Amino acid sequence: MKPGIWPVVAILTVAAPAAAAAGLFNPSTFTLDNGMQVVVVENHRAPVVAHWVWYKVGTADSPVGKSGLPHYLEHLMFKGTEKIPPGEFSKIVARLGGNDNAMTSYDFTAYFQMIARDRLETVMEMEADRMVNLRITEEESVTERDVILEERRSRVDNEPASLLGERLAAVQYLNHPYRLPVIGWFHEIESFTREDALAFYRTWYAPNNAILVVVGDITAEDLKPLAERTYGRIPARPVPPRERLKEPPQASERVVELRHERVRQPSVTISYLAPSYNTEGGERAYALEVLAELFGSGTTSRLYRALVVDKGLAAGAGAFYRGSSLDQTTFRIYATPRPGVTLEEVETALDEEIAKLLAGEITEEEVARVKKRMLAEATYARDSLSGVARIFGVALTTGQTVEDVEAWPERIEAVTVEEVRAAAREVLKPERSVRGRLLPPMREARK
Amino acid sequence: MRVSDHARTILLTLALGGLLVNLPDRPARAAEVEEVVTPLGIRAYLLREPAIPFVSLAFYFEGGAAQDPEGRDGLSNMAAGLLDEGAGPYDSKAFRSALEDNAIRLSFDADRDGFSGELKTLNDTREFAFELLRLALTEPRFDEEPVERIRGQILADLRRRETDPDYRAARAWFARAFAGHPYARPTRGTPETVAAITREDLRRFVAGRLARGNLHIGVAGDITAEELIPLLDATFGALPAEPRLAPIPPVEPETRGVIVERMEIPQSVVVFGHAGIPRDDPDYYAAYVANYILGGGGFSSRLTEEIREKRGLVYSVYSYLYDARLSPLWLGSLATRNETVGEAIALVRAELERMAKGEIGPKDVADAKTYLTGSFPLRLTSNDRIARTLVAMSYQGLGRDYLEKRNGYIEAVTLDDVRRVAKRLFARETLFSVVGDPEGLEARTE
Repeated sequence: MKPGIWPVVAILTVAAPAAAAAGLFNPSTFTLDNGMQVVVVENHRAPVVAHWVWYKVGTADSPVGKSGLPHYLEHLMFKGTEKIPPGEFSKIVARLGGNDNAMTSYDFTAYFQMIARDRLETVMEMEADRMVNLRITEEESVTERDVILEERRSRVDNEPASLLGERLAAVQYLNHPYRLPVIGWFHEIESFTREDALAFYRTWYAPNNAILVVVGDITAEDLKPLAERTYGRIPARPVPPRERLKEPPQASERVVELRHERVRQPSVTISYLAPSYNTEGGERAYALEVLAELFGSGTTSRLYRALVVDKGLAAGAGAFYRGSSLDQTTFRIYATPRPGVTLEEVETALDEEIAKLLAGEITEEEVARVKKRMLAEATYARDSLSGVARIFGVALTTGQTVEDVEAWPERIEAVTVEEVRAAAREVLKPERSVRGRLLPPMREARK
Repeated sequence: MRVSDHARTILLTLALGGLLVNLPDRPARAAEVEEVVTPLGIRAYLLREPAIPFVSLAFYFEGGAAQDPEGRDGLSNMAAGLLDEGAGPYDSKAFRSALEDNAIRLSFDADRDGFSGELKTLNDTREFAFELLRLALTEPRFDEEPVERIRGQILADLRRRETDPDYRAARAWFARAFAGHPYARPTRGTPETVAAITREDLRRFVAGRLARGNLHIGVAGDITAEELIPLLDATFGALPAEPRLAPIPPVEPETRGVIVERMEIPQSVVVFGHAGIPRDDPDYYAAYVANYILGGGGFSSRLTEEIREKRGLVYSVYSYLYDARLSPLWLGSLATRNETVGEAIALVRAELERMAKGEIGPKDVADAKTYLTGSFPLRLTSNDRIARTLVAMSYQGLGRDYLEKRNGYIEAVTLDDVRRVAKRLFARETLFSVVGDPEGLEARTE
């Protein structure tokens, strides 16, 4: 048991394993005549497939004043079509012996079923059907809005750490829509209408804006005719470019403190604006992944060793970075004190460790050590059908290619200690950062 | 993300918008489970999967948190945090480096009834990984630094849970339902009991609890029985033959009333439940089908239909059978805004009553069975999950051929079986435990 103390940030993402293992997946790809991209990864251990459809649209593409609208639409996509009676989609999948669900993040909305191979065509037909034939009643749209408000209460409003996470993002990004909560602000969710959702649906849901990823007991050769008979019948239509507000240069360090009655265990998170694979400076992304690993992943990382083991100040400490994001992402460092230690003491120790990175105190030996581990861990990623589907879906909706995913091990292997030092210096700048503190209420002066 | 979860393989004809699919049967790949018995008498279920060069091993020692000595609640949990923090010649740093540098994943966990562990290793590091596991189980060091560090982490975790409504609601439910029985005690302990745990307690835990006689093992991945046998003997062979476990009597939960713990939060969390059905009861599979219809079937369940889909009162509501050894349970949970807690609870009660009255149709049962049988192979798609399933098969005494037979057990369930078991299962008093600021809801003991 290693309690993870990581404030939830991108609420509705199911994170892909950090390590996409390349050369290991050996995907096949083809594109349908309507522009829908298809990725197939074979895994024949059980007569089962993971079937995923990814749309290149997410919360960062919400209309102004309607944050979280893509997530609302995601929920409504389960309501029905001309062929599927209201509320029957998931029930039909269940009667086929399958599991289904969906997820929304900043850059994508994804729908999936886990299903026996010989029932795949049926769910493909259903998924293709709801890509263009969605029907929603007024009553359904109102009830589902209530469901999402309850979802928000569960995930955010009942959770002080999530409340801080929302505010941290809102301050990290001065302008770019990654400042919005994935689920949306409460008052904006309350304003959602059926027409909002349908307008968004008609704008973004099209085969040429979607990616099909199938992982499991099937070959590309066998999948192709199924894909042509289902998704292939939907005509392509114009989809707008993803034009998002641009982030201005960041020039001031920010601090956000959330004091909350229910906080018993304080914590600090430092978030730095960082390049993604897809942005300017993206060549640094692999070095940043190595940096996050050696600095703050696991119990042998620098932060854990220094703050938790050697100094005994923190109950937990770590760092997190992933390059898969359409626009600029964040590099995050966090710690939580042991009972009896102040947050200030932990922050001082945390700042000392960051200063060491900036002074270039990173050795070749530790870079080699974490690279070896990252590559070894990648082997495990091949074992999960849905895990592999997520790696490709996230990559292809955030500006990466199948080749990029496959080249991940080589690119990690190629990272040098000099690049890791340079990446630390370029990214860990106070003026690009927000420091978020989760604190108990201020004590009244005692009488 | 939407919620839904869980578990077919028969001839199914599905009419769908003019589409008629005729779906043939596909056998689950169950015949391949081997029962390995080593020269030292250690038994394991093995499912070989050579596709990826790694192996997952899962194990379970009977005897969990309910065995923790009085005043030392949370001992099993703390031991779980410490076995991988230094053993044999390796201090904590050396042990953790040996694991992480070699991408060997080793973890331990404790629940009420047992102490579990998982080991995952690439083929290249297999011998070394099993050696580290042997050391962890037989020569853990419990050096002062890791003991105090893990204690600090547990205390920090308990402090956080103090204001976590989900944790509080479940704690209150168990404390009331099992008052006076070890099941009432918190499996992670309390700040006081965790503070009191000594290194001697931890050593006694290892000596008394980890033995061959209460051990269940499941292995999945790229390894043959011939390769596995010597590793099992080398790893587990030095454990004592039998554990020293205190006899703990079975118990019936006391499930009358409503618990309300006030907390100023916008949404109340509700945990509910009553006695379930023993895992070896002949009606277990009928109960499993009945619970799927009521609350186990995600969007196909009555609770989700009535409380979420029709009324929008919750994001998530579900129920499940919890196979606790000394007191099998049926449990559920939901979360709704404070204004609608009473309405949501009334809806749960109404659906329980419908089930208890036998208001269950042939289609309900047929749909449940097609899902539960059809989705079973979905569980067997990764080494980790297969290893865990194999351990459960051993612990629950389901037999080596369970994976082949399991869908037959579900198929054999009839409408009459489901109605009969629903009357028995769902006519019971249900204890509701609410944490939040529910409107118009008062605590009561009857």
